[in-house]
Amino acid sequence: MILTLEYHRSAARYLAGRGVTGTKLGSRASGAIASNLSPLRLLNRPEPAPPGAHWTRVRPLLSGICGSDLGLLTGRNSAYLSALVSMPFTPGHEVVGQTLDDLDGLPKGSRVVLDPVLGCVPREMPRCPGCATGEHGRCDHITAGRVSAGLQTGFCTDTGGGWSRMLLAHRSQLHAVPDTLATERAVLVEPLACAIHAVRRVPVPDGATVLIVGAGTIGLLTLLAVRTYTTAGPVYVIAKHGHQRERARELGATEVLSADRAAWALRRATGGFLARPERGAEFLLGGVDMAFECTGGSGLSSALRLVRAGGTVLLSGMPNAGVDLTPVWFRELQLIGAYASAGADFPDALVLAGQAPLAGFVDGVYPLSRWREAIGHANAAGRLGTVKVAFDPTRD
Amino acid sequence: MSRPGFVLEVDERTPALLVHEGEGFGLRKLPLGSRVVYPPESLPGLRDVDAQIHRAVHHPLGRPPLPELLFAGMKLTIVFDDLSIPLPPMRTPDIRSRIIEQVLELAAAAGVDDVELIAANSLHRRMTPAELRRTVGERVYRSFFPHHLRNHDAEDRANLLEVGTTPHGEVVEINRRAAESDLIVYVNVTLTAMSGGAKSVSVGLGSYRSLKHHHNVHTLRHSRSFNDPPNSAMHHSYDRMAGVLDAHVKIFQIETTVNNDTFPSQLGFLNKREWEWSLRDQAAYLAVKRANELAPAGRRRQLWQRTVAPYGVTSVTAGAPAEVHEVTMRHVLRQQLTEVDGPADVGIFGLPYICPYNVNSIMNPILVMSLGLGYFFNLYRGQPIVRPGGVAIYYHPVRNEFHPVHHPSYIDFFEEVLAETTDPVAIEAKYEEQFATDPWYVHLYRNSYAYHGVHPLYMWYWGAHALEHLGEVIFVGGDRRTTARMGFRSASTLDDALEMAGDRVGRSPSITYLHAPPLTMADVR
Repeated sequence: MILTLEYHRSAARYLAGRGVTGTKLGSRASGAIASNLSPLRLLNRPEPAPPGAHWTRVRPLLSGICGSDLGLLTGRNSAYLSALVSMPFTPGHEVVGQTLDDLDGLPKGSRVVLDPVLGCVPREMPRCPGCATGEHGRCDHITAGRVSAGLQTGFCTDTGGGWSRMLLAHRSQLHAVPDTLATERAVLVEPLACAIHAVRRVPVPDGATVLIVGAGTIGLLTLLAVRTYTTAGPVYVIAKHGHQRERARELGATEVLSADRAAWALRRATGGFLARPERGAEFLLGGVDMAFECTGGSGLSSALRLVRAGGTVLLSGMPNAGVDLTPVWFRELQLIGAYASAGADFPDALVLAGQAPLAGFVDGVYPLSRWREAIGHANAAGRLGTVKVAFDPTRD
Repeated sequence: MSRPGFVLEVDERTPALLVHEGEGFGLRKLPLGSRVVYPPESLPGLRDVDAQIHRAVHHPLGRPPLPELLFAGMKLTIVFDDLSIPLPPMRTPDIRSRIIEQVLELAAAAGVDDVELIAANSLHRRMTPAELRRTVGERVYRSFFPHHLRNHDAEDRANLLEVGTTPHGEVVEINRRAAESDLIVYVNVTLTAMSGGAKSVSVGLGSYRSLKHHHNVHTLRHSRSFNDPPNSAMHHSYDRMAGVLDAHVKIFQIETTVNNDTFPSQLGFLNKREWEWSLRDQAAYLAVKRANELAPAGRRRQLWQRTVAPYGVTSVTAGAPAEVHEVTMRHVLRQQLTEVDGPADVGIFGLPYICPYNVNSIMNPILVMSLGLGYFFNLYRGQPIVRPGGVAIYYHPVRNEFHPVHHPSYIDFFEEVLAETTDPVAIEAKYEEQFATDPWYVHLYRNSYAYHGVHPLYMWYWGAHALEHLGEVIFVGGDRRTTARMGFRSASTLDDALEMAGDRVGRSPSITYLHAPPLTMADVR
């Protein structure tokens, strides 16, 4: 038997969470709601059996709590995704673990990080157009094949997820972790690969002015990727909390702005005019060349309003809030999604995680038994001075 | 007969004294031995203002009578001070409207058709139609607005004219219509000794190109004080520019002064010396103070901004600007000047709710600075009331609030520039050109109701002399973060402030409190 945190189908709890966190007061208490109202439970399950030859059992050493996980637990994630999961499932897709079975080129006991996307290869399906070009995040077969529906490990009932003492992974999902890379850094490889992918979704011109909205894990790692893989000019970051501002500066932000000041400051920095509609937030006639939305939706409106006409907005976080798309139309913006990773993103993230100043990014580690505290901490991470909260399922 | 100004020395019998604190006020006990500078009692106003206007324009100084300067076919431009003076605004009818009406009657009698009225708002915000109407009066407004009554636009390149350059290389550029007129009639209200005279046309109708020659840190630091024109580098520059203007355009200046009836009757106790308050004054103080404290912030501001002063007009003088201004200055000093025996270790100032740049607006932190370290600190002749290296203590809440329409560049200045430096020289070198030429600020100045982009920098320069002179600046009741952003400290009470000042001035400092408003100018010997 293995200990696992399981997300089960409960329309009542889902709707209650969604209803309460949809209010202003409820959103402030989303930590408490996520940990007490969400359909998550800690229980013992039989050990999973690998469904095929190229699969292994993995013992998670650390498994991060992602913004999309929190969106799931508070009911904020879009119902669109409900068709792409299979219940019940164990969340956790930011995983560093140890393999328990021998695989080609990956002996049992290897320390690995998981690329969680369950594309055509692990599903043993004919390659769809996305997977055929190495863009497995665009897989059309994520509801078919050898394992149940699930866009990723952590949303699939058959594979399990990182918030447990054991999950299943296909060889194609696993990347060996060099001995020199600490486990605490390795758990950041998956979000870092996503950040690199976002930065590679469109060319960033030399000297381009870039805005990163949000300075949580994805925001900070996107900043790192922008500075590492592009020759962008000034990079502005909208950050809420003091420690986020400091980390953003350390990672190369030109200037760190507060959300309420961003429009004014960017107008000064980039020129142009500031316009004030009768209702709603101010926007720029002028603005930055590109914006990366890294808040999970709440910052998308800001991104759309602060990008210059013809500019580009990258959606890095899973969007979970409605937004007025008028700027996309009126300013002829390019609104581009960036989901998961592709190609060399994961290997590059493994290398970059070992080089970048990421010390202290993972500073809230909990055993599965303290999952309510962990979820509460993750929900308030910014306010509590934390970047990433993770489970250590090996601890009691 | 009005009593002269005097200096009170605080002793055991001295009652608590009134101190202005933004949109509020209170009675505060000052340490024994503190000196309090009171202005002369309010002078009597002229009994028949209209008759005095008539007399002034028909018997001017250094110019022929106004009717002789008016002729059919001429181009006449009447220019008037904008809403920044007097403070608080004058009860209607505004003296400017009474003068303008008489000038227009004379012009009509002479057959002058081409008449334009221009508010001399310089780099200040445009006056709204309602504000223009209030200033020039209903009849004039209806006859001239909007085509022949307008605000000066210092960014309208096509309608500016470079009149010349002073021997010091200062460009004199003013409103083209005025510069090309056969006659400018300038209608002024001189509230402080810095206003009027050579300043009126060269600044009021000037452009940034022209103003930057005197509105800069060097000049302000060498204007000691800018309320004492003979010792003010700023006024020396105005004078040089006036010389250039004299050679180019004829100016007929009509200057007025007002007395110290600053507050209306319901706030009459604010005009009086505390120990002379009647029972009615004491009751009014308690009632107004309580009501003021209980009022919601927005309503409180509205009430203060609606306050109008029942000023008496103490002089109307017309003619050549320099000669007229000499007379005007005598009237201003007679109303405001009080002799003080030497500077003190600590100067105390109570800052009121209004300054020249927040009429119908919000007194933002930069304006608090310019009011305190600029206007009030410079209310002296001879030397400041605080010794070099001494401490200035101001009463004001210094709230972090801005009017986004009137003061957009102030917001950026506070958030961006002051976060980097508070040094006026560094600010001038790095930011002045940026703020002065920012297209958005220019757009808002011209088309909205915003102060010019460079204006917050000028306000900071306004305090440059005080920043150099003082060892420390403390705001009693000031918002801690806002004052810190400006490089100042805040204290909860006067005792705390004096404790904080102790490191610089010792435990028993000499203290001088400039009791204003009504305005007091210290003649420090």
